[in-house]
Amino acid sequence: MKYGVVVFPGANCDHDAYHVAKHVLGESVVYLWHKDHDLQEVDVVILPGGFSYGDYLRSGAIARFSPIMNEVIDFANNGGYVLGICNGFQVLTEADLLPGALIPNTSTKFECKTVTLRVENRETPYSGEYEQGDLLRMPIAHGEGRYYANQETLDLLENDGRVIFRYVDAEGKPTMEANPNGSLNNVAGICNEDRKVLGMMPHPERACESVVGMTDGLALFKSLVNQQVATV
Amino acid sequence: MSEPEVTLELAKEHGLNTEEYERILEILGRTPNYTELGIISVMWSEHCSYKNSIALLKQLPREGENLLAEAGEENAGLVDIGDGLAVAFKIESHNHPSAIEPYQGAATGVGGILRDVFSMGARPIASLNSLRFGPPTDERNRYLFKNVVKGIGDYGNSVGVPTVGGEVVFDEHYSGNPLVNAMTVGIVKHDNTMSAIADGEGNSVIIFGSATGRDGIHGATFASEELTEESEERRPAVQVGDPFAEKSILEATLELCRKPYVVGIQDMGAAGITCCTSEMSARTGVGMDVDLDKVPQREEGMIPYEIMLSESQERMLTVIKSGFEDEAAKIFEKWDLPYSILGKVTDTGNITLHHNGEKVGDVPAWDLVLGGGAPVYHRESERPKYLDDLPQYDVEDYPEPEDYNDAFKTMMSHPNIASKSWVYQQYDHTVRTNTVQGPGGDAAVVRIKGTDRALAISVDGNGKYVYLNPRKGGKLAVAESARNVACVGGKPLAITNCLNFGNPYDPEIYYQFKEAIAGMGSACEIFNTPVTGGNVSFYNESPDSAVYPTPVIGMVGLIDDVNKVMTPYFKRENDFIMIMGTLKGDLGGSTYLQAQYDTLAGDTPDIDLDFEQRVQEALLDAIERDVIHSAHDVSDGGLAVAVAESCIENPDRLYGADIHVHRKLRDDELMFSENQSLIVVSLAEDKLLEIERIASQYSVPCTTIGRVRGERLSFNDKIDVAVSDIKEWYSNTIPSLMEPPVPTSQEEAA
Repeated sequence: MKYGVVVFPGANCDHDAYHVAKHVLGESVVYLWHKDHDLQEVDVVILPGGFSYGDYLRSGAIARFSPIMNEVIDFANNGGYVLGICNGFQVLTEADLLPGALIPNTSTKFECKTVTLRVENRETPYSGEYEQGDLLRMPIAHGEGRYYANQETLDLLENDGRVIFRYVDAEGKPTMEANPNGSLNNVAGICNEDRKVLGMMPHPERACESVVGMTDGLALFKSLVNQQVATV
Repeated sequence: MSEPEVTLELAKEHGLNTEEYERILEILGRTPNYTELGIISVMWSEHCSYKNSIALLKQLPREGENLLAEAGEENAGLVDIGDGLAVAFKIESHNHPSAIEPYQGAATGVGGILRDVFSMGARPIASLNSLRFGPPTDERNRYLFKNVVKGIGDYGNSVGVPTVGGEVVFDEHYSGNPLVNAMTVGIVKHDNTMSAIADGEGNSVIIFGSATGRDGIHGATFASEELTEESEERRPAVQVGDPFAEKSILEATLELCRKPYVVGIQDMGAAGITCCTSEMSARTGVGMDVDLDKVPQREEGMIPYEIMLSESQERMLTVIKSGFEDEAAKIFEKWDLPYSILGKVTDTGNITLHHNGEKVGDVPAWDLVLGGGAPVYHRESERPKYLDDLPQYDVEDYPEPEDYNDAFKTMMSHPNIASKSWVYQQYDHTVRTNTVQGPGGDAAVVRIKGTDRALAISVDGNGKYVYLNPRKGGKLAVAESARNVACVGGKPLAITNCLNFGNPYDPEIYYQFKEAIAGMGSACEIFNTPVTGGNVSFYNESPDSAVYPTPVIGMVGLIDDVNKVMTPYFKRENDFIMIMGTLKGDLGGSTYLQAQYDTLAGDTPDIDLDFEQRVQEALLDAIERDVIHSAHDVSDGGLAVAVAESCIENPDRLYGADIHVHRKLRDDELMFSENQSLIVVSLAEDKLLEIERIASQYSVPCTTIGRVRGERLSFNDKIDVAVSDIKEWYSNTIPSLMEPPVPTSQEEAA
């Protein structure tokens, strides 16, 4: 499987995504420069975390107009896999590839800590290696990660099984205390209608090696790899 | 426009004395013009020249087999760590800017230290910081604290360098003059290291990064009629940071460092273009011909003085071999960075400046710089009178607590002991996926990708100890940072230091400085940790008095096997809890006297550096042989606090402990004395013989003090509390100070 990691100026998790794809998964991976228009025939596009273009206006607002995004949007609309992590999720909502928006955390502070996620739907290309209801530990690191959408959109996402990950406590309950940023319905990650575009605020790429203390993110990438094997 | 005429008066307003002004006349053989006066005065300022500190700094051990650059030679220290890799690291202060404008002051402090590291070709992989504020009960102190933390976070988070550790201390002596020290550690392949030099006549001098504005010009702060008539209102002296620009400059710089056509790179910090051009030239004895019209400017009508002295952030200077300018330009254009060829390297040894087609300055580079012609002073020192007036410590002066649980609660909820998670949760500490141990442990641990190894990094300082006994305090600062590195399984490699003191012209302050350096030096010799560089910050004075003399040590150690990293918290029920070292009862200078009796008394805790080293070696041996499950050193708050932290820091669950220690001492002395060279470890019963064998091999006492068990911490049956309560006191202190719960209407009515 060939991964492509988009490099916006100000992206800072691009190396991390690249590292996981290449050195942990052993897959092939290329960087996709923001000024280019060539996706180099990758199977999966990763929009990494960071502060694209400084994010001085609104997270992801400028990156969405970056040259490479034309191709990424076409790729997604043609059924390509696009994974947006943190800032990448923000870019996906700005580009209307995913509904809703990520607004400042209710604490008004940047929050970096380990959270617990519950797998809400394992019937997606990104979650097949998990069990329904699995509890995962992953880091978050963001100042604007509060998922917000109107009621109609939220209902649609919930009823269509498009909320893939939800913030929960150690018992698996989606409590207010377990919600690090005030996301509506404790939403941590959602996908589009065909389940091939995933946006999530937690960082699965930071949870793929025991040396850094967390490995629960690895199955997300493995799900993708196995998904592709199954569909080819 | 007319520039002020240069006189002795004007030179004095620039901080120069008569003798220094006369030397300038001698060096130039004429009166300097306004631009030249600005250049020389800023290069001879304390900040750039270290004129009042360098003679003493040179007494510190600065050599070691692993050092690849001598202290002060490059922008940061450079130490070989094997596998063809080196670690570049440095700590620097941004105290005064942070006192005026805490958010930008702290942010630009982070930016500056990052540039020091990546300008050597090293990719920054970790940042740390050491902060001091007045008590958080005061609103102004809370404002400074909150915004310094936000400034550090916003800048570091955006650039994408994890902030993996640090310390925060509150004390009255820092009210009005907070200390903000930032440290960055980077990794570089030997082949890619870059020097801050200019060389090769005819090579191009290129500036890249942000445009130059009027921010941060020292000279602009003094009254000058000519200037105020001409210019708009004065700008704030504090610069504004742009982490996005920094990130692009970082990537562009690292790309440049791999190119053979790059001669040298230096970042612009204090004294901006002035400092870069003169230091890069002086290092190789060349000169530079610079056209100031070519400097990208973000304001109109800047005069040469302003352009040369601007401290606008996120700017770099590089020297590129002639003919390769277009190649370098491709990199700047790739990262959308403004750049401009300012001029050429010359063989004159002078920095020659042109503006609007005229020569506006011509100064010999060597005479400007530290290690060259900049002044060096040996200041007078005198033992401070307060040292004789300090009350002695006698346990009988302090009534034994009636309720030890209360006393213990006071300790665990003291802002200097309580958890700093409110702070470090605002810092991204997991980006770059190298963080093995983040903030909150004894030292941070960052793995080195592509190897089995990791770096252990700590920052430590204790101003109170240095105040009570400058020489011993200096030793303790180094010893504690080494001990912290050892507690995670790291072998100390080298240090960087940030020396925060008051006014060096005060002989009593200078005594503190001199003695602290002597103490640090002797400790560095013992631990074989040379000083790779750092920063001196004088004039840290609040309206009432100087800050506590606060040397902060940043230490880097090496862990050979990343799978053997040690953590401070208990892991198994029924493990034995032991102490390695000697438990003494001396509450002198302790947090306990401060928290419980609001008193500063006694002497700094004693230390025997040879013994300290044996303790650390025994500990490292025990870690290497997989004998122990946890290691945590006794520091602020003493043994009871150290054990409590081991009980509550495990992210998976809390552990209780049952402690019994008996010496001919009062229980509060046993619990809260800040013993040096003392480590709390936990281990399985079947390892008891082995730990005793190791301890005796190093002639280090090792005593069982209790067991890991239950859900309560009990200490000599005097303290007996649920560990969940301890966790709550420890966790809630800082958040409740910084974000007090909004009272309900009922509470208000009550």
